[in-house]
Amino acid sequence: MSLLSVHDLRTYFYTDNGLARAVDGVSFEIGAGETVGLVGESGCGKSVTALSLLRLVRPPGRIEPGSQIIFDGTDLATIDEKSMRALRGARISMVFQEPMTALNPVFTIGDQVAEVVRVHHAGSKREAWDRAVQMLETVGIPSPAQRAHEYPHQLSGGMRQRVVIAMALVMSPALVIADEPTTALDVTIQAQILELLRELQQRLGTSILLITHDLGVVAETVSRVIVMYGGEIVEEAPVRELFAQAHHPYTEGLLNAMPQVGHERERLATIPGTVPPPTSWPKGCRFHDRCPYAWDRCAAEHPPLYQIGTGHTSRCHLADEPQRRAEKHEPLVATLTGERSASR
Amino acid sequence: MLPSIRGFVSSESNVAPAFGRLVRHPSARWGLGVIALLVLAASIGPFFSSYSCVEQLDIVNLKNAPPSWPHPFGTDQYSRDVLTRVLCGARVSLAVATLAVLLSMTLGTAYGLIAGFVGGRLDNAMMRILDGCLSIPRVLLLIAVLTLWERVPIGGLIVLLGATGWFGVSRLVRAETISAKQLDYVAAARAIGASDTRILWRHLLPNVISPVIVAATLAVGNVIALEAGLSYLGIGARAPTASWGSIFFDGVESGVAFFAGNWWVVLFPGIAIVVTVLAFNVLGDALRDVLDPRQLHLAQPWTDDKK
Repeated sequence: MSLLSVHDLRTYFYTDNGLARAVDGVSFEIGAGETVGLVGESGCGKSVTALSLLRLVRPPGRIEPGSQIIFDGTDLATIDEKSMRALRGARISMVFQEPMTALNPVFTIGDQVAEVVRVHHAGSKREAWDRAVQMLETVGIPSPAQRAHEYPHQLSGGMRQRVVIAMALVMSPALVIADEPTTALDVTIQAQILELLRELQQRLGTSILLITHDLGVVAETVSRVIVMYGGEIVEEAPVRELFAQAHHPYTEGLLNAMPQVGHERERLATIPGTVPPPTSWPKGCRFHDRCPYAWDRCAAEHPPLYQIGTGHTSRCHLADEPQRRAEKHEPLVATLTGERSASR
Repeated sequence: MLPSIRGFVSSESNVAPAFGRLVRHPSARWGLGVIALLVLAASIGPFFSSYSCVEQLDIVNLKNAPPSWPHPFGTDQYSRDVLTRVLCGARVSLAVATLAVLLSMTLGTAYGLIAGFVGGRLDNAMMRILDGCLSIPRVLLLIAVLTLWERVPIGGLIVLLGATGWFGVSRLVRAETISAKQLDYVAAARAIGASDTRILWRHLLPNVISPVIVAATLAVGNVIALEAGLSYLGIGARAPTASWGSIFFDGVESGVAFFAGNWWVVLFPGIAIVVTVLAFNVLGDALRDVLDPRQLHLAQPWTDDKK
């Protein structure tokens, strides 16, 4: 049985501009000790998915009834707030994107790591502090006993992110959700942090859900990738298979948009257009207006998740009509913008 | 040169480094010094005086005696030693102002924190109530209540001054809370399983307290002036209790004040009021420089070699 099993997760925001279906029927599983990547552009719903798992979505957003988040046999979507609080930070924890702002500027780092222990009543003040210092050492903070007395602004970005990771891991949770943990860091530090996550994951047997927009990060770290677009999962595959034979045109686009060593002089490929606003997803396939293969069926019929291979699914009608892949053309959105500029 | 740069970088509302910057701030040093002297004078001054606060020494020979060696500030119409009364008045005026401000800052911070943190309908209702409170002129309300209250005890005066002084602060705190609660570390605190109470006390309060400290310092000066005004009108600290305002009142009441010739009864408490209010305002402005990172670009870097 898997550690986390999300079924038909829908998180809607009741905004003044209408109903925003930020996460719209997402289902996936994470096994014990597994590292899964969740990939997509800004606005595709990946961060809201992460917040939903911890039930940290703030009004006007809410998890719709019928959504299931089965964690270790309990449905997190229905348990009361007190039980949820007991799980947060202890069994499921989160690593935030910006280590600069995720740490409280007025407390020492030791204090902040120890707070996690104290919140969960897992020991006296003294014991909590000792555990914090030990954890700071585990995440590679040099001379942790002294550094624990320092304030966040006295540390470099990479060190701060290590502190955030220490906070996430100090209670040895079963699942860590890392929301773009390396985006705010220098490339060299990025590699160190990813290495640290991988090492800790192996040592502690923690499952990790790694959320990122960077397929490069995913390639080195995870075993399975979930690609999200327009509030839905559009493709899911083992990491090697995804890089070798991506099925969904959106995944293809993401892969083409990655900078490649040895192609330095070439211009980077882009996916035309932007993610549509969650208040008005396009009809049919949500990617059809940006897709280079789209045909009339894509605008009319919402594609289901087609099974492509073992553990490989794709939400694209190309699975049904593979011969269409040969008919590559300008995406609809490019034509639209072209027309608009021509008429001007 | 370099120490000031460290001060700027670590401006994220850390109170400990802020104190160092405060001491280096030239006008803050001045304000702090004056306030320290006043507090010292108020707490131990009366013990050094040979007279008690309300003692009427010699109603025949010492009525309205001008300053002399035994009575450096002179005596008033009841033959009481004005220096002693100014020192005793310092106790009352400083204590009333400090306690009233403490009360109003506590009320205002709690109100603003709750409104800002909970938000939504409760925030809306609380803010409309606050608008209503703010529309009542504070001085008129105080005069009305104090006039109806026959002999107001000092405690009652403190409560009244405190209960009418928290509106502005609660707005300030609410605004700070609303911006602070959207920060990542509040989300991070939620993600480690912290309860609402814990987030309020531990994560929001310390991060919204800086403007409250500034407002409180300025408010002490303000309340001292207000209390003096009310006592001058005869409705604050009542006779024979000495407060700077009531001493001033005694001096004026006894005749035509300055023109009658007993200027000393009015002048010395007057100077005490002006100096104290000034000192608190100077300190408040300096604290604003030191604690508010958004105003840092306005502040001059004060370095030790610039003395």
